[in-house]
Amino acid sequence: MTDAVSTATRPGRPAISGVVRRLPEYLMIWVPLLFSAAHLVSFSLWTIWISFTPSTLVPVSGWVGLRNYTAVMASRNWQIAFDNLLLFGSAFVLLSLVTGLVLAILLDQRIRGENVLRSIFLYPLAVSFVVTGTVWSWLLNPGIGIQKLVHDLGWTSFRFDWLVNRDMAIWTIVIAAIWQSSGFAMALFLAGLRSVDADIIKAAQIDGAGPIRIYRRVILPTLWPITITVVVVQLQFAISAFDLVRALTNGGPGIATQLPALVVYDLMFQRGLLGRGAAAAVLMLLILLAVLLPYAAWRYFRRATHA
Amino acid sequence: MAALSIRALSKRYANLEVLKGIDLDIESGEFTVLVGPSGCGKSTLLNIVAGLDRASDGTIEIGGRIVNDVPPKDRDIAMVFQSYALYPSMTVRQNITFGMECRHVPKAEQEKAVANVAKLLQIEPLLGRKPSQLSGGQRQRVAMGRALVRDPLLFLFDEPLSNLDAKLRVEMRMEIKRLHQRIGATIVYVTHDQVEAMTMATRIAVMHQGEVQQFADPDTVYRYPANLFVARFMGSPPMNTMRARLEAENGGPVVVIGAGRPDEVRLRLRGYDAAAPFVGREVVLGIRPECIAEGSRVFAGDAPIIVNAPVEMVEPTGAETIVLLRLGGEPAMARITPDIRPTPGASAAFALDTRRICLFDPETERLIA
Amino acid sequence: MRDRTFAPSRILIYLVVSLIAAAYLAPLAVVVLNSLRTNEEIAQASMIGWPKQWAWSNYAAAWSGFCVAETCAGIRPYMLNSALVTIPATIISTMLGAIAGYAVSLWRFRGDSWIYGIVTLGLFLPQQMRLLPWTIVLRDIGLINTLAGLVLIHTIQGLSFTTLFCRNYYVAIPHELIRAARIDGAGFFRIFWRIILPLSSPILIVTVIWQFTHIWNEFLYGVTFTTGQQQPVTAALIALSAAIADIPQHGVQSAAVIIAALPTLLIYLLGGRYFVRGLTAGAVK
Repeated sequence: MTDAVSTATRPGRPAISGVVRRLPEYLMIWVPLLFSAAHLVSFSLWTIWISFTPSTLVPVSGWVGLRNYTAVMASRNWQIAFDNLLLFGSAFVLLSLVTGLVLAILLDQRIRGENVLRSIFLYPLAVSFVVTGTVWSWLLNPGIGIQKLVHDLGWTSFRFDWLVNRDMAIWTIVIAAIWQSSGFAMALFLAGLRSVDADIIKAAQIDGAGPIRIYRRVILPTLWPITITVVVVQLQFAISAFDLVRALTNGGPGIATQLPALVVYDLMFQRGLLGRGAAAAVLMLLILLAVLLPYAAWRYFRRATHA
Repeated sequence: MAALSIRALSKRYANLEVLKGIDLDIESGEFTVLVGPSGCGKSTLLNIVAGLDRASDGTIEIGGRIVNDVPPKDRDIAMVFQSYALYPSMTVRQNITFGMECRHVPKAEQEKAVANVAKLLQIEPLLGRKPSQLSGGQRQRVAMGRALVRDPLLFLFDEPLSNLDAKLRVEMRMEIKRLHQRIGATIVYVTHDQVEAMTMATRIAVMHQGEVQQFADPDTVYRYPANLFVARFMGSPPMNTMRARLEAENGGPVVVIGAGRPDEVRLRLRGYDAAAPFVGREVVLGIRPECIAEGSRVFAGDAPIIVNAPVEMVEPTGAETIVLLRLGGEPAMARITPDIRPTPGASAAFALDTRRICLFDPETERLIA
Repeated sequence: MRDRTFAPSRILIYLVVSLIAAAYLAPLAVVVLNSLRTNEEIAQASMIGWPKQWAWSNYAAAWSGFCVAETCAGIRPYMLNSALVTIPATIISTMLGAIAGYAVSLWRFRGDSWIYGIVTLGLFLPQQMRLLPWTIVLRDIGLINTLAGLVLIHTIQGLSFTTLFCRNYYVAIPHELIRAARIDGAGFFRIFWRIILPLSSPILIVTVIWQFTHIWNEFLYGVTFTTGQQQPVTAALIALSAAIADIPQHGVQSAAVIIAALPTLLIYLLGGRYFVRGLTAGAVK
């Protein structure tokens, strides 16, 4: 790549006129980029700093060490949120992977109306989580939703009350989340299936492999890099899930569907415990890093070995 | 007047030295080809001349003016790129006038210039088209039109033919050469193709590892390669090079291939006085494939030297036949007439043209004589 | 496998695909039907059913009639708020991202890879890490509880995405094009306007769709930094459900949900190809 800027001025002999002439482009490029970069760095550092202060309603300086962190982690709210995150994250990611893969394989069968079907599986992604959560809260509400419908049809012993059932409520979030974003997994998998070299498939057919064997042994193994990408993106969503839960269960019944993002919001803006809220946000970041850092390392390693 | 002079030019990236003190003087009207394998620094050199890259040291003079700190647009140059770099969203006409538009040339003048160039290159019917609607050869012409319309002091060509298929490449090669003869432009042309260098250049600069190995007219480069690299790079198949011993016999030098072997080859040399200090020492002998021919061939002006040599492989190309043989145990290629097909595994007679042998110092790899 | 095999297995495939498609469409169908049923009808039966009489008035009520908190202007002011936030933020962040992406991909600046690296970290940093600082910044510059404040946030945060999208698109443009233009005498902005921008429509469409969808659908910043009449429509929907929890008006609510979802759904229907391209581009960062 050409070093465009340095061609105009020689180091140690700056041409002032050149700098002035280039001022508009510096302003248009650097100012927005610097703002963006600066806010990311300073906001993160500031939130981390606040998490070590005794701030409550307003930010104050001072140092309380890890006390905010121990308090957050000792709270029942956080413990439930964390357990829920583990359950929700793994169930949601796994099920949406399976759903997405099945849909992609089905759509890969040269079926009629593929475009329409693909649009149907993807449209929930265009809808906000608030809308998704609201709609599913109606469908899953035993008083007005599916359970009521089945009762009205005459099967009065039917029970589908997960939304108000402490043990099962988290699964309603899983359902809504899968409905909303398994299309994403499908889109990536389908692109992966379509990018498999046709000659490889022909070679396998000549080797006498049937369709199922070709999928299992030839095509699916090429999908694992995509699978990892899908897992990471979906985990990222699960870790910071907020809108969907807010609209669907609002953390309830009780605090049965509490998730870290809701705990952060609750601590910061409802209880006015800024220090603890910041500590919970930093914990969220750490959970996210536990996912992203290995992913980044994997990507780096892959790029290095494939270069 | 020198159209372009490059003095002690070097370029370093971090700790990688890409160009190591290049000196070149290119006269007005010359067609200079920079040729070398990929990574030899020829494109970097061209980019520095164009002002698209900076030199770490040294000076560049275009038309007597030092241009190190002059931006590309003010260097009075035009450039034709490997990918042609036609602006995809503009028509052919707009592609050609874009430079004049940037320099605020009046519309009427732009029209006149485009008309001239379009006529010269016979691209008038294409002026309204977009680059995506052109064939490879047409794009090539438009790219040249864009350069020609500037009427610059110096034309720079960066491997402009390497994206064309073989047939079109030969056609465009001739066309560029014709253009040069007609308008007498000064051209610096970068390529990795030694055939292009030989056919088009008035002078060739062979580059390798960031240095100019030889800068001379094509005949000199071919006949008297300055060192082993140039000898092996120019020509296809390349010059045969093999270890040999220089001995004195009856007062004249004799070069011996495979000395001491039963099939050793002794070649008497005439007019190789410069080789005298190497008598009794190892040398590297270079002989072009066309200097080894079928036994019946008579090379002008000298008594023929005929050797019997085992044939390993025969490659007929139609116009000639390439034979891989062994001279004193050393592999060598020969170019013989297509009518003769020696049998692989058997021995055959070959005539050698000893007047065109090159001798190289095995340590410095430089040409001795 | 990719060519047609015998019929029974194909029928099975179509059956399974249709069933799943029906399941994906069901929630939308339910809401659309509910938006055309009267509140009373829904209250008597369930959320799932065919309208006995078409209650088009639900849409009028949802648009400008019902009350959220103390104001009874329907969803209209909140839709307007969302539009006033989404449209400027989308346009500004896309334009700045295009120029920045062009600069970091086709021109090099000292330190550009550092800046760019940090900016792309913004794709990953959770919103929760920025909530408190934004609160303070918005308060200090007097933009708390204003639409302009949301525009500012979405523009700066959107830059991470827009710059990434455009950079990844522009790196595929041959550098020789830029070199040729520089020799022709064109500068930074002329090259952008005359050569790069005319090539950019695919990526600009992808970026605009991505930004529009995300900003329109965003909820956390909207609910945190604005209240009452200043809220975007996502936040208003939540407020609406809370406000009428005592006397459910599911018909009107359904109409409101449809209206709120309509802009992004329309964009998806019109530009689905670009929407999907944005999804995959965003994932493979």
